Amino acid sequence: MANPDGLLYTKDHEWAKIDGDVATIGITDYAQNSLGDIVYVELPRVGVPVAEHASIGVVESVKAVSEIFNPVAGEVVEVNSALEADPAVVNRDAFGDGWFYKVKLANGTPSDMLSAADYEKLLG
Amino acid sequence: MTQETALRRTPLHDEHVALGARMVPFGGFEMPVQYAGILKEHEAVRKRAGLFDLSHMAQYELFGAGVPAWADALTVNEVGTMQPLQARYNIFTNAEGGCHDDVLFYRLADRWLLVVNAGNAQKMWPYLQASVARAADVRIETHHGSRALIAVQGPRAVEIVAPLCDIDLAAMKYYFCDEGHVDGAKAIIARTGYTGEDGFELFVEGADAPRLWKLLLERGAAYGLEPAGLGARDVLRLEAGMPLYGHELEEDISPLAGGQTWAVKFRKPEFLGKAALEAQREADTYSRIAGVVLAGRVPARAGYAVYYGAERVGEVKSASLAPSVENKNIATVLVPKLAARPGAVLGIEIRGTIHEATVVPMPFYKRSRKDG
Repeated sequence: MANPDGLLYTKDHEWAKIDGDVATIGITDYAQNSLGDIVYVELPRVGVPVAEHASIGVVESVKAVSEIFNPVAGEVVEVNSALEADPAVVNRDAFGDGWFYKVKLANGTPSDMLSAADYEKLLG
Repeated sequence: MTQETALRRTPLHDEHVALGARMVPFGGFEMPVQYAGILKEHEAVRKRAGLFDLSHMAQYELFGAGVPAWADALTVNEVGTMQPLQARYNIFTNAEGGCHDDVLFYRLADRWLLVVNAGNAQKMWPYLQASVARAADVRIETHHGSRALIAVQGPRAVEIVAPLCDIDLAAMKYYFCDEGHVDGAKAIIARTGYTGEDGFELFVEGADAPRLWKLLLERGAAYGLEPAGLGARDVLRLEAGMPLYGHELEEDISPLAGGQTWAVKFRKPEFLGKAALEAQREADTYSRIAGVVLAGRVPARAGYAVYYGAERVGEVKSASLAPSVENKNIATVLVPKLAARPGAVLGIEIRGTIHEATVVPMPFYKRSRKDG
């Protein structure tokens, strides 16, 4: 699946969609495909301040546990509670219904995130 | 990585790559861990059929009238009482009663087939060779890596494999085997497996394997057969309560501790580790494998700490989401006797939080058997 333009990406395979001062965070289609069947997602709590690059949760597939590295500093304002009952939605729609959480940005958009084109270069 | 430890490939390597499998190192080989996805492959095996490449497992052949006596002295189960064409699970023990490896013996008309875990082959091959050299009238040959093992597992397996064989597979009993041909290729055909389902294992020459693999995929398609990897196999075997060496069984985990007491035949006059196992059975104080079902959605993993009350009593040995156990998280844990009783409520520490898990009788999953 193509990595949508307009999203920002990290080397750790997270994406962020910036909408005003709120960023929606998820993992990329490449990441969900590498992980395989996702069976559990542990997300931060609403109201919690989160630092850039901090490990703030995990994604678990049948075989492995992977950390979620938060790409943007701010405060968690919403989490995708649908993932609790159906974590496989991340496999089906990583860039859409499989989003993880939303952060109210403290310092605006980080400058070290990648464009879709640069992320694809990274994937090679 | 040195030349000596470079990964080997099975005769079916190119087939896996062509099918888009994700390849991982396992037991010294490059093996398919998944094709379409672990859960999809798991479902295919439980409901229809799955096709597995198990050519990484070490196949040895044993010859000579001395084989039963030799094997009975080194293993916990009985080899001498096996019927012609019977297959039997067994465990090679060490002097302390720990497990050297868990294996399958197949008694053929004129020889025996011994299948050993790939991950243990480097230790088992020299061990077996040395011990055979000291035994009367026993000879051993290795076919590890040159001969392939293709397994067809699942309720539709017999319909898929039987029409390709020149022996009557429908009449073959569970845990029996025979020699014949699969689509003209020489094969040892056994009704054995590691999934908890009915199924067949086909031991064939490496040169014949790619053709047979493709034929089984093609013929199996109408029955819903799918290629299945080691990831699905691990979930299937755990649900079926089957031990995996390195997890439930180890050099320092005995067959009793590993939940394989049924396979230990104390009536045998002597075998390596018998005295130690008798003492262990007598004292009955050893930590043992128990199966647990977790209350929540957070999966456990091998190595996580297990608590009974406030006390840390053991660790998780295997764990998975279990589609065939009401889609719950299950695990095996190695814990003291009191904590291993069905109904005991344990705590598993996952990232600093204790999660509830209840001991249940094993196996977690048992297929409904219509026939043999």
